[in-house]
Amino acid sequence: MSSTTAETGARTTGSFGGMQARSEAAINTISRISIRNLDFYYGDLKALKGVSLELPDRQVTGMIGPSGCGKSTLLRVLNRMYSLYPGQRAEGEVIMDGRNIIAPDVDLNELRAKVGMVFQKPTPFPMTIYENIAFGVRLHERLSKAQMDERVEWALSRAAIWDEVKDRLQRSALGLSGGQQQRLCIARTIAVRPEVILFDEPTSALDPISTLKIEELIDELKRDFTICIVTHNMQQAARCADQVAFFYLGELVEVAPAAQLFTAPREQRTQEYITGRFG
Amino acid sequence: MVVLVLLGGIIVTLFVGALPAFQEFGVGFITSTEWDPVEGRERFGGFVAIFGTLISSLLAIIFAVPVAFGIAFFLTELAPLWLRRPVGTAIELLAAIPSIIYGMWGLFVLAPFVQLRIQLTFGDTLASLPLIGFLFDSVSFGGTNLFTASLVLAIMILPFIAATMRDVFEQVPPVYKESAYAVGATRWEVVRSVVLPYTRISVAGGVMLGLGRALGETMAVTFVIGNANRLPQSLFDPTNTIASVIAMEFPESLMGSLQQSALFALGFLLFVLSFLVLALSRWLLRPRLKV
Repeated sequence: MSSTTAETGARTTGSFGGMQARSEAAINTISRISIRNLDFYYGDLKALKGVSLELPDRQVTGMIGPSGCGKSTLLRVLNRMYSLYPGQRAEGEVIMDGRNIIAPDVDLNELRAKVGMVFQKPTPFPMTIYENIAFGVRLHERLSKAQMDERVEWALSRAAIWDEVKDRLQRSALGLSGGQQQRLCIARTIAVRPEVILFDEPTSALDPISTLKIEELIDELKRDFTICIVTHNMQQAARCADQVAFFYLGELVEVAPAAQLFTAPREQRTQEYITGRFG
Repeated sequence: MVVLVLLGGIIVTLFVGALPAFQEFGVGFITSTEWDPVEGRERFGGFVAIFGTLISSLLAIIFAVPVAFGIAFFLTELAPLWLRRPVGTAIELLAAIPSIIYGMWGLFVLAPFVQLRIQLTFGDTLASLPLIGFLFDSVSFGGTNLFTASLVLAIMILPFIAATMRDVFEQVPPVYKESAYAVGATRWEVVRSVVLPYTRISVAGGVMLGLGRALGETMAVTFVIGNANRLPQSLFDPTNTIASVIAMEFPESLMGSLQQSALFALGFLLFVLSFLVLALSRWLLRPRLKV
């Protein structure tokens, strides 16, 4: 794929931002990750069945569905987190930058530098705020003190937390509030300068104000990053996502632009889920 | 309540038994290296035993902790699942070996090995180094010495430290490890930067457990330390520990004699020492980061 086209394309579509649900025209056609016919197994249990999905470059893909439908599992395939656990395996193709990232010879540390992840619960490391950000950067780049300071400030600013922590960078990150910790975790992820950021129910442990901040942040971040967010909250998916994918029992039932999926779903099961008939 | 009464009773008994020695020698009991039980010119100073206890335990910790950490790291992060249980059980079984067996093994197997292989090799090579050369340069050549004792102690406390470390490593919530993996950390970086800081208190607890055992260990040490009331000048000199002196001399000491009181005094000091080690560990482990 030509990178110039990709960037212009993304800029144009990215400027459609805002919190309202998007029209179909806003969906970028350039794909950052292509998932093709993906199966996933926890031991003998098949958790994903033939999933095919395109993640458009610099757009937000929301994943919804009842618990156990496979949406978090899919997220854990995209950064190969499942590889930590024996007995979990994926079959099929997940193409990013022309490579199948679920192939056994992929350098996982390099992949995870390109595909960052923010977890359900804030997980600050037991170190200072500064070190929390610098930790990930140091794993991949050798920066001078000044460059590192700059990077830390950049990441914290992008995560909209710089003003709150700039005077206490050398204090423990464990002293921050839950919402601040979650934004710190986002800053930590951004600091490595990934291409893709995965959010696994990032606001389920937060209060409404913190949730709003994170949602605004996601909207702002998609100018530079391709984002994939798993959420139980359909309003959140409607607010944040450009395209929404509905999963049920390990299958991808339907994927469509957010506005379309929530107003005129093609599938019966989607209709029933979004109107609250099950799940 | 019962525990408190027992603890208090032990302290009081020890102290009352030790009182004559303390009255006779004062602070000199701790600082003097003289230990002469011959009737008529009795002089008792515990410095050699105290120093030997501390230094042998410290060396044992230095030997054991890196190995224990390696074992725990291997068992929690690297080993395939089918290997974890058997290896873990084998480590735990090491703790079930009675200390007298370690003493015999130390005396008949380890001591000659230390004497013929380690001491000779180190003496020929490292002894000529400036500054630290003296550590390896010994005139005594018996195999039963500080180094052997520390090695036996290290093996004895290894299972405790390794098992504690493994247990606490396993208790780190997976999501914390995953979030370090998620920024691209390797297994080693995850353990160093996330697992160790999260578990440092429990890890130090395991190390202190080992240190406590090492300080008080009697039989195995008595077998292999050489039992000489001399300050060790090198790693390969024989010396003494509090526990080994008490074990060697208590049965021979006369009831109510100054010697017996001196041994009580040593016992009391060992008690204080263990207490201090615990207090020190607490102090070292105070949270460093301001929250």
